[in-house]
Amino acid sequence: MNVQSKNWLEIGRLEDIPPRGARKVKLGSVTIAVFRSANDEVFALEDNCPHNAGPLSEGIVHDDCVTCPLHNWVISLKSGEPQGADEGAVRRYSVELADGVIRLCTSPIEPFNGDAHE
Amino acid sequence: MTQAINRQKLVIIGNGMAPGRMLEHLLDMDANAFDITIFNSEPRVNYNRLMLSPVLSGEKSYEEIITHDDVWYAQHGICLHKGEKITQIDSVTKQVTSESGRIAAYDKLVIATGSSPFILPIEGADLNGVVTYRDLDDVETMLVAAKSGGHAVVIGGGLLGLEAAAGLKQQGMEVTVLHLMPTLMERQLDEAAGYLLAQAFERLGITVLTKASTKRIITEDGCVSAIELEDGRILDASMVVMAVGIRPSAALAKDAGCDVNRGIIVNDAMQTSVADIYALGECVEHNGMCYGLVAPLYDMAKELAKTLLGEAGNYQGSVTATKLKVTGIDLYSAGDFAQGNDREEIVLRDASAGVYKRLVLKDNRIIGAVLYGETSDGPWFFDMLKKQTDISEMRETVIFGQAYQGGAQVDPMSAVAALADDAEICGCNGISKQTICAAIKEKGLTSLDDVRAHTKASASCGSCTGLVEQLLAYQLGDSYNPQAVTPICPCTDLGHDEVRRLIIAKGLRTIPQVMQELEWKSSCGCAKCRPALNYYLVCAWPGDYADDYQSRFINERVHANIQKDGTYSVVPRMWGGMTSSNQLRAIADVVDKFNIPSVKVTGGQRIDMLGITKDDLPAVWEDLGKAGFVSGHAYAKGLRTVKTCVGTDWCRFGTQDSTGFGIRLEKFMWGSWTPAKLKLAVSGCPRNCAEATCKDIGVICVDSGYEIHFGGAAGLEIRGTEVLCTVPTEDEALEYIVALTQMYREQARYLERIYKWAQRIGFDEIRDRLMNDTAARKAYFERFVESQKVAQVDPWEERVSGHDAHEFVPLATISSEAAE
Ligand code: SRM
Ligand SMILES: Cc1cc2nc3c(=O)[nH]c(=O)nc-3n(C[C@H](O)[C@H](O)[C@H](O)COP(=O)(O)OP(=O)(O)OC[C@H]3O[C@@H](n4cnc5c(N)ncnc54)[C@H](O)[C@@H]3O)c2cc1C
Ligand code: SF4
Ligand code: FES
Repeated sequence: MNVQSKNWLEIGRLEDIPPRGARKVKLGSVTIAVFRSANDEVFALEDNCPHNAGPLSEGIVHDDCVTCPLHNWVISLKSGEPQGADEGAVRRYSVELADGVIRLCTSPIEPFNGDAHE
Repeated sequence: MTQAINRQKLVIIGNGMAPGRMLEHLLDMDANAFDITIFNSEPRVNYNRLMLSPVLSGEKSYEEIITHDDVWYAQHGICLHKGEKITQIDSVTKQVTSESGRIAAYDKLVIATGSSPFILPIEGADLNGVVTYRDLDDVETMLVAAKSGGHAVVIGGGLLGLEAAAGLKQQGMEVTVLHLMPTLMERQLDEAAGYLLAQAFERLGITVLTKASTKRIITEDGCVSAIELEDGRILDASMVVMAVGIRPSAALAKDAGCDVNRGIIVNDAMQTSVADIYALGECVEHNGMCYGLVAPLYDMAKELAKTLLGEAGNYQGSVTATKLKVTGIDLYSAGDFAQGNDREEIVLRDASAGVYKRLVLKDNRIIGAVLYGETSDGPWFFDMLKKQTDISEMRETVIFGQAYQGGAQVDPMSAVAALADDAEICGCNGISKQTICAAIKEKGLTSLDDVRAHTKASASCGSCTGLVEQLLAYQLGDSYNPQAVTPICPCTDLGHDEVRRLIIAKGLRTIPQVMQELEWKSSCGCAKCRPALNYYLVCAWPGDYADDYQSRFINERVHANIQKDGTYSVVPRMWGGMTSSNQLRAIADVVDKFNIPSVKVTGGQRIDMLGITKDDLPAVWEDLGKAGFVSGHAYAKGLRTVKTCVGTDWCRFGTQDSTGFGIRLEKFMWGSWTPAKLKLAVSGCPRNCAEATCKDIGVICVDSGYEIHFGGAAGLEIRGTEVLCTVPTEDEALEYIVALTQMYREQARYLERIYKWAQRIGFDEIRDRLMNDTAARKAYFERFVESQKVAQVDPWEERVSGHDAHEFVPLATISSEAAE
């Protein structure tokens, strides 16, 4: 695992997020989108589309991807990368699901290669 | 220019398929040769009689089977007297007289009176409730009778009787077929195929009684109630269809002095025995033969056109092949298949696949073919039959079909490639492979419809459609895509229409069920297909289906429009664009209280508050709700605005209460989900200040009532509306608009605006359905009303009272310190 910090916080329970849906977690000035897939996996990405900062938490979740509500980029929840021809990356956060409780690591996963693209 | 004065007068009696085709040849060869007048007892234009069975079964509409419409006659300057029967021909003064007394002089006369159904001379045959099967009137009579259900008895197990039986069954009647002979269609089929056919009919739920001779038709209060057979059996019957054969209609010609035997006798040039009188179609007898199928009539039509233009035609008789047009039953027969000492036969049976094929040979040449269950080789056999091809080289394999010849794989493409250039593809129209391939190449044709339009191939009974498609594929290679259905998205190969049809047909009720049953390729769809499926299910099962919010675009999920910075805009309904000081005050208060950065008058006659954070939405709605506002659905694939003008309330030109009607429409229709957004407008007079003529549905009020428009666009595309109809009262206008909306809801593809849908299926088709079919219109209206019962819930109020609360608050808020 690529976790850099040990700061894990309990943020809620699985059933607080609709299946194939997302909720926001406000972490200071950063908003994190926590997704729940159809088969109850959880993922966390910064709520910030690499295209034009669209709120990914408002998108449609399908398989392990989310489609951004603003201009339909499709972002992988696993890698944080856009699918197809689009380029960029979304900052990822580690989440853990145990006994129905979701815990989030407050430091993003590094390396974050989103800045590599000019 | 045409010189009408010098032109010869051509009069045609009867406007069936044969003269229709003859005119096409004639006009092709010389459009100006004649002044043409047609008399037709049927009160309509020329249509494809072969397709009456699909009309009866409900698979096609009358409009779809028209061959020449009124415009065609007008364009060619042809005078068609519809509903006028000719009762007399005077070959001395050279004129004809119609039942209504109209007289027309001719230089050349064509008799094309077709044939008439034969009526069994039994008791009760003249009763109300006994119908024949020949023209559209018969179909309409049957359709009306079928509406009240009951039991139909079809007398006659030939082509027509069986097609009528299948159609009536599909219309919901109990159906029994009575056939005098031991097996069905005995003139075209051998016993084995006749037996398989009877079984197939039984499987369709149709009772088949062979060796059944009808004694009399029994009545009750002047209507048909039962049938008695010679053996004493009595069968219930609310309708009797008599389909026991046809007789050439030759009486008129006989009275005029033409030689008549069974039919009107013609020579190879299609001339009768009387000068300047010609005959054509089912009414003629040529070399002792009368025909009852179109292919020979089309051959005659070509020859007669030549004769009329002075180049003696040369008709040499025809060999015929038959195909039964009952969905789900494949049957083909050609030539002669009686057994005899000099004949051999080759039979192939595959019981598990329900296939039976039989070829009758004489001197190693095919003289008859019967195919059941698998008929694609029919035209190939028929071709060899007509050419008298010697088949000794392929005797062992010929029955397996063309694809097996020469050891080749079963590849349809190599099969069409192997066909001879002059092989006939379309039997009805006598179109060869060569003609089709040449047309594809020279005219750059790319679709089945193109080929139909340019060559007529597959335009009659349609049974050669598969072959024509293969030819297209063979000629165009990869650039031809026969199933040019665009899949909804990469998750499936199915198109929107198929998915909608299958949802209803298979009774699929949830998105996972659709994906499972229709073999979706992804585990839970994508952002393209899920909203579409969700809409299709909402529309198909109103009330039952639990809307899947996770499959809705964010705007429809949170009932506001997302903006580029992730904030939202809120547009409350202002019915018909009317507002009041109280409403404006309430909006002003909300704007102040929540610090809303922008307030704007929209292009849809209402007010937009922009820049509201998601968390504030429920509180904003709560305040708006207290002032009486509901959601304006400015975000919905659903009813948006109904724009109005001031109308009779204020305007000096107003003809009707356009404001009141707009409000009524909006109150009736709000809350409904539609394939794409739906915008209406009502203008009080043709000055059209509400811009109704570029809306999805618009109304222009006029002195005499309400002119209803549809299919306009003024967004990505600009197009004016077309008129649906004008109705005198507001109630009727409401009914038509609502019915139109429901038809659109049920048929359009997701995200397809009304104008796109109407362009795709045809404005006329929509008009016809809503204008000429009162029952259908009322049913659409009722279905809309039914679905509105569960649709008119204000989504804002729902959310103010806690629905979907999770949408509007973060899961957790963590201060920066805690994060460190
Ligand atoms: C607010 C408004 C502009 C305004 O300030 O006046 C507006 C705003 C938007 N329009 Fe519009 N349209 C507005 C009237 C119109 C009109 C005029 C009308 O309704 O008479 C048209 C032309 C008529 C038509 O619908 O064809 C119009 C044609 C479009 C189109 C092109 C649709 C098309 O099929 O051609 C889009 C794009 C789309 O739907 O895909 C669009 C899309 C949009 C969206 C929803 C873009 C989006 O997806 O975010 C805008 C949302 C802004 C918001 O959040 O409020 N808007 N839009 C108007 C709201 C009317 C209302 O009260 O509900
Ligand atoms: C339900 C059905 C299904 C069929 N299916 C097939 C099929 O699959 N394949 C196939 O090859 N054939 C089929 N046929 C047969 C085919 O339709 C006919 O062979 C063909 O239509 C005959 O054309 P026609 O022009 O000779 O006569 P018709 O099409 O019968 O036209 C004759 C017209 O003349 C009019 N007329 C008669 N007398 C007068 C008068 N005195 N004055 C004015 N008008 C008059 C009649 O009203 C009629 O409209 C089918 C027929 C029916 C009824
Ligand atoms: S025209 Fe409509 S879609 Fe385009 S910017 Fe204006 S409001 Fe937005
Ligand atoms: S902001 Fe996400 S696609 Fe444009």
